[in-house]
Amino acid sequence: MKAIKNIGLILFLIGLGIFTSLTVLGKFQVDRSILDQVISEKGIKSEVFIKELQNNLVDKEFNSMLSFSPKIVTALEMANAQHRKNKEYKKVIYTNPHDMAAYIGKKSGSGFIANNKGLMWFLTFGLGIIGSLMFIIPNVVLLGKKGIKNDGIYLENATNRGWIAWLVFIFLVSFYLILYFRSEYAVNWTFLADPISEGISGNPAGHWFVYGFMYCVVMTVMAIRMYVKYRHNMYQMVRTTSVLFFQIVFAFLIPEIMVRLQMPYYDFKNAFPLDYDFFFSWNLKELLASGGIGLFILVWGIVLTLIIVPAMVYFFGKRWYCSWVCGCGGLAETLGDPYRQHSSKSLFSWKVERWLIHGVLVFAVTMTLMTLYSFFTESSTVLAIKTQSVQNTYSILIGAFFAGVIGTGFYPIFGNRVWCRFGCPLAAYLGFVQRFKSRFRITTNGGQCISCGNCSTYCEQGIDVRAYAQKGENIVRSSCVGCGICAAVCPRGVLKLENGPLEGRINPTQVLLGNDVDLMELMNKK
Amino acid sequence: MEHIVIIGNGISGVTAARHIRKLSDKKITIISAENDYFFSRTALMYVYMGHMKFEHTQPYEDWFWKKNRIELLKGFVESMNHQGKKLHLKSASDVEYDKLIIATGSKSNKFGWPGQDLKGVQGLYSKQDLENLENYAPNNQICKRAVIVGGGLIGIELAEMLRSREIPITFLVRESSFWNVVLPSGESNLINEHILEHHIDLRLSTNLVEIIADENGRVKAITTDTGETIECNFVGLTAGVSPNIDFLRESDIELGRGVKVNRLLETNIKDIYAIGDCAEQYEAIGSRRPIEAVWYTGRMMGETVAQTICGRETEYKPGHWFNSAKFLDLEYQTYGWVFSERIKKDHEKHFHWRHSKEKICITIAYHADTNEFLGINTFGIRMRHEIFNRWLTEKRQVDYVMEYLKDANFDPEFYAQYESEIVEQFNSELGMHIELKRKSWKRIFKTA
Repeated sequence: MKAIKNIGLILFLIGLGIFTSLTVLGKFQVDRSILDQVISEKGIKSEVFIKELQNNLVDKEFNSMLSFSPKIVTALEMANAQHRKNKEYKKVIYTNPHDMAAYIGKKSGSGFIANNKGLMWFLTFGLGIIGSLMFIIPNVVLLGKKGIKNDGIYLENATNRGWIAWLVFIFLVSFYLILYFRSEYAVNWTFLADPISEGISGNPAGHWFVYGFMYCVVMTVMAIRMYVKYRHNMYQMVRTTSVLFFQIVFAFLIPEIMVRLQMPYYDFKNAFPLDYDFFFSWNLKELLASGGIGLFILVWGIVLTLIIVPAMVYFFGKRWYCSWVCGCGGLAETLGDPYRQHSSKSLFSWKVERWLIHGVLVFAVTMTLMTLYSFFTESSTVLAIKTQSVQNTYSILIGAFFAGVIGTGFYPIFGNRVWCRFGCPLAAYLGFVQRFKSRFRITTNGGQCISCGNCSTYCEQGIDVRAYAQKGENIVRSSCVGCGICAAVCPRGVLKLENGPLEGRINPTQVLLGNDVDLMELMNKK
Repeated sequence: MEHIVIIGNGISGVTAARHIRKLSDKKITIISAENDYFFSRTALMYVYMGHMKFEHTQPYEDWFWKKNRIELLKGFVESMNHQGKKLHLKSASDVEYDKLIIATGSKSNKFGWPGQDLKGVQGLYSKQDLENLENYAPNNQICKRAVIVGGGLIGIELAEMLRSREIPITFLVRESSFWNVVLPSGESNLINEHILEHHIDLRLSTNLVEIIADENGRVKAITTDTGETIECNFVGLTAGVSPNIDFLRESDIELGRGVKVNRLLETNIKDIYAIGDCAEQYEAIGSRRPIEAVWYTGRMMGETVAQTICGRETEYKPGHWFNSAKFLDLEYQTYGWVFSERIKKDHEKHFHWRHSKEKICITIAYHADTNEFLGINTFGIRMRHEIFNRWLTEKRQVDYVMEYLKDANFDPEFYAQYESEIVEQFNSELGMHIELKRKSWKRIFKTA
């Protein structure tokens, strides 16, 4: 069994190694006809740019994106600089230079990788999947009888912020940086995903398709790990299935199929303000131009945020979204599960959390109000602030860095819910509802708590669960996503997630159950 | 300002300090030699098993004590002078007090076995025990076999710990079935099976005779009263605990096995109180033992003594008995009294249900004549404390408990429920026709 695991680990690492090396490998060759395509598809009017490409790119062979990309980036930046200087604004190219490099790269990829998509898919994704399943599935036997399987978490390098954790950290951060800012290095990955993308939406894969596909693959594999680890715990089984279903069907398949049907790309479960660009004018315009389905999406998006989401939080707590439906939550609960113990439980972190997450919510709402104002009045500024630049700032700072690079990249070091806890504006909104008007609570079972601290240690949201449990108080916190792990790891059966009457939900107690002092007498003496 | 000194920074002493601070402005000092800050010793096992780091066992952040003006003094109290209201500390200056709370907890029992003080022989109670364990049994290379002596709650925890590092274990238990002094036979058997399933070499009805040293004064083997010699590199002595009060032997404080206290937790000397594991009630409370080495009783005594010290004389009334524990992967809860066959009275009748496959069972005790519900033990099913506390106070009949059993279930959502099977068996065994009621939030959250 251990041998199978080790072979699995090796296969996984080979797959990962090949996948990583694809960022810089590969052959790219641009001929005249490709250049013409680029010029016409992108509507390029800059003769400077075209000439630069003709001189430095066309009919030359490049053996790495590392040498290919700079040619395009410098050409584009140079051309734009020259046009701006000459006030030839019509000739300025507004495509981001790295996106341009990715775009041309995608067209001009040739050689082994581009010609052997299936094989390359197997050597990367295939080996990764087979290897990790070989690593995970033997645990059905190795983990033994049902029970909590946290042995050695703080003795293992990978789960105790050792060098492996730091390597994973560097890998994840680099991966997100490529995805958001240097997409040309993802071109080879898109080749591997082309057959799948063409099968679903009919279009070749872009790097966001690769990301979506990979997201589903990673979640599926790590969900299998969850099933093995928590196989005695029905709540975890059902919840994991739910979150996986919503990722694959709602976040991945439906939007791609909608594209095939000439409909707008839309994830029906992605609620504003997590879906921060829902009210951006390009999106509104696209929806309004898409006929009935566009209008339906517009109404659905508004109803989802204003009615469905809060109503469901009232009945079930924000867990229905954050740990049962949401894609970010889905990754956190599967890929992130091995790192849940790293969230900081200090009071200081809680203070930072409240400032940050509510700050982001204010930012998102303000930006959206500005957007709507600009949309309806058709003015590009609000109080002399450019709406577009606020949107760009949000997209880069919150959308890319906070949610992506930090949110997932920091898993191995700061735990799996950094974004959900400190950044997600939707979580902040749901948190208000959960804290002030919801039937959800984690009930503390009378006086059974022994203050061991398993609950706090494994709370991914950094809630000091024990602080409440040992006082006999229910846990009613806006940040709780209801993952249910605190109740699972409790050795004394103290915690239960449940939905019940509002009355008595918040129950600070002076004296714990069992200590039979006469409470009335105690109160009267005060 | 009155100076309250507390010896011991365990759950009892710390709870007392916290509540005194809530109620008053008195000066508070806690003295401990074990660790700078309060930690939860129930969690020490999880540090060894790698579920937690030691810092996670500390329920309060380090700034908490200063903020609440609770002074922490690291030191070991060697003796005291109650006339001068003074404590003598080892290698530190004397400490004067106005009121003294003794909350020194327990120490592991050693019954005079030959070799009981060898290297690699220890109990499991303190932080130092954990450090020694890490030293003598860090893995199965250095510790090729461990022997655990004493089949109680700490013994089974130690077994779980050592197992997590794949150290082979021989478990010597004096009784003919695990913990059958406390548990009825059905449950005790369930645990026997559970232990064996975990590949632990369980030796029932077996006693330790001698621990044998190697040339370096480390344990190398033990012998048993069945005439066997078992080679081992570690011996865990887990045959219970007793009050840690040796430093009071020379004092005038009345001692039994523990520090004798009345219901107000006062000792025979004015302004000196004792709480927690080390306190011994003059008269036992209900069916409780005079010394209760249980987490929550320590906490309650701390809550109670704080009231008394702050001018609201409050008797220690621990209410209905409850407790919980974990035997490897088996969760156990108890509410009210369910006694083992060995000690139960004739009027106490038991109803026992066990799942056909899983390690899940319950035992309900009731009065043979009045049908009054006396208590419940559950294995593998969590129960709601508040509900059973209420039913015990209301002196409900066993039929009532059966009828409303669903209200008491505390298992996580989506878990399989067994109440209908339980009630079915109850009906058929006793010729009853109880119909199980559906769970009702209204009843559950009914406030008195």
